[in-house]
Amino acid sequence: MITYAALYTLAGLVFGTWALLSLRGGRWANAAFWGLLATSFLAGDHMSDLANGALVLGLVALAASDRLRRSTPATTGPAERQDLSERLGNRLFLPALIVPLTAVCGTLAYTYTPLGRTGLLEARHETLILFGIGVVVALATTLAWLRPPPIAAAEEGGRLLDSIGWAAIMPQMLAALGAVFALAGIGPLIGGQAGSVIPPGSVLLTVVVYGLGMALFTMVMGNAFAAFPVMAAAIGIPVLVEQYGGHAAVIGAGGMLAGFCGTLLTPMAANYNIVPAALLELRDPHGVIRQQAGTALPLWVCTVAIIYVGAFVL
Amino acid sequence: MTLWPLLGIVMVIAGFALRLNPLLVVVCSALATGLLAGLEPLAVVAALGKAFNDNRYISVTWIILPLIGLLERHGLQQRAQSLVRTLRGASLGRLLVAYLAFRQITSALGMKDIGGHAQTVRPLVAPMAEAAAAQTHGDLSAEQREQIRAMAAATDNVGLFFGEDIFFAIASILLIQGVFESAGHALTPLQLSLWAVPSALCAFAIHGSRLLRFDRRLGRGGTGGGQ
Repeated sequence: MITYAALYTLAGLVFGTWALLSLRGGRWANAAFWGLLATSFLAGDHMSDLANGALVLGLVALAASDRLRRSTPATTGPAERQDLSERLGNRLFLPALIVPLTAVCGTLAYTYTPLGRTGLLEARHETLILFGIGVVVALATTLAWLRPPPIAAAEEGGRLLDSIGWAAIMPQMLAALGAVFALAGIGPLIGGQAGSVIPPGSVLLTVVVYGLGMALFTMVMGNAFAAFPVMAAAIGIPVLVEQYGGHAAVIGAGGMLAGFCGTLLTPMAANYNIVPAALLELRDPHGVIRQQAGTALPLWVCTVAIIYVGAFVL
Repeated sequence: MTLWPLLGIVMVIAGFALRLNPLLVVVCSALATGLLAGLEPLAVVAALGKAFNDNRYISVTWIILPLIGLLERHGLQQRAQSLVRTLRGASLGRLLVAYLAFRQITSALGMKDIGGHAQTVRPLVAPMAEAAAAQTHGDLSAEQREQIRAMAAATDNVGLFFGEDIFFAIASILLIQGVFESAGHALTPLQLSLWAVPSALCAFAIHGSRLLRFDRRLGRGGTGGGQ
């Protein structure tokens, strides 16, 4: 049976390769950071919780030291890329399509045909495992088709990863924060408080508060990812799912999307709202937000309505 | 019951608002929350380590980078740009509606980095939008030109945000799964991405109709609501 363990080994080897490339380029902080992450993927299950915790503190110390650097491996120039794109045409999209197709078709086939009874894939984890298989197949196809130098795949991936930097582990760290919140009993704590503030049994009002909280916290923090564990622990899980019995998938997905409406409205999300204003030479730094407001507000209303209907009415 | 553990939540909000290193903010908040809930310091570090280890599947998605990097090396972004260029000749409203659909669909298929403000908006979508508007409505004021460029950027953001969550292997979907699973509610990524579809359709309808109205208003010489 293929399990997450196999996927983690693959990811560990990939991150390990990037650590070695960083070392070769003399970027020791990057090498240490990706090396620690590779260790987590390869050996995390064999290490004590405390050792894993120390590893997390090491990752954070490296990120906070501000020493992670971008890499500039040898790659093709703009003119060369233009030529290649004209020669290869729309076929360039095909390898990228292999990944979602493998995962979605594979999951459907595994769920609805006798294939599922073979027990080939770990239960409930089939989609991400199929995603990993899709990536391997797509990469093999691309290598066979385009025949780049052998090291190019690793270097190009490393170039992208170094441009993302420590932010690459942010979602995983936020999920870990959510788990610590759960352990500390934040859910019941807020559930009790919420019960005394919001009139009992008022599901719609609670959904509105949840959606509003996601949007407002996202606006303050500039980041829906950071707002999510907070609002899920505060209202989403304890009140909407556990107290009122709402459909968990709708409450999760809808909450995040309500947060995205907040992202459209805040200068704190500088990459999306302020940087483009500069890039497009607008005199008004908030010009992009002004154009987005008319979409974000009605869209937030729709998203809250979708949460209410999807989670409690259907 | 003491309310002190809630201070951890306040720390996240304050830390992000103050623009401290986000990873540092998150870990400090986790440590503080555990301590305030009465755990021993080493137990808190261990709990954080276990939680990080349990949620590794979220970061697995980066194994797609060598594939994307290789395709970029062979001109993937240039190809996306020539696709956008085929929209030349359309009116401003139709051009941006088509770009919105392109951005939503490619993001939903996991190709969120082929568009973007530096990749497509500045070099292509914004100048094409200005040219399309000038073609239909004649001379434009400097202020109208700015509004058109801002609308091009806004269209990219809306398309990305309300497309990417349909792709099941995106960080936001796996974060939702991780947070819910930690609290004892198992969800699958496909369930979550399915529930992103209604909002994506609403986003297309709302922003798309606003784009067409924006185009019509330019024709009447004003852009109203833009101020």
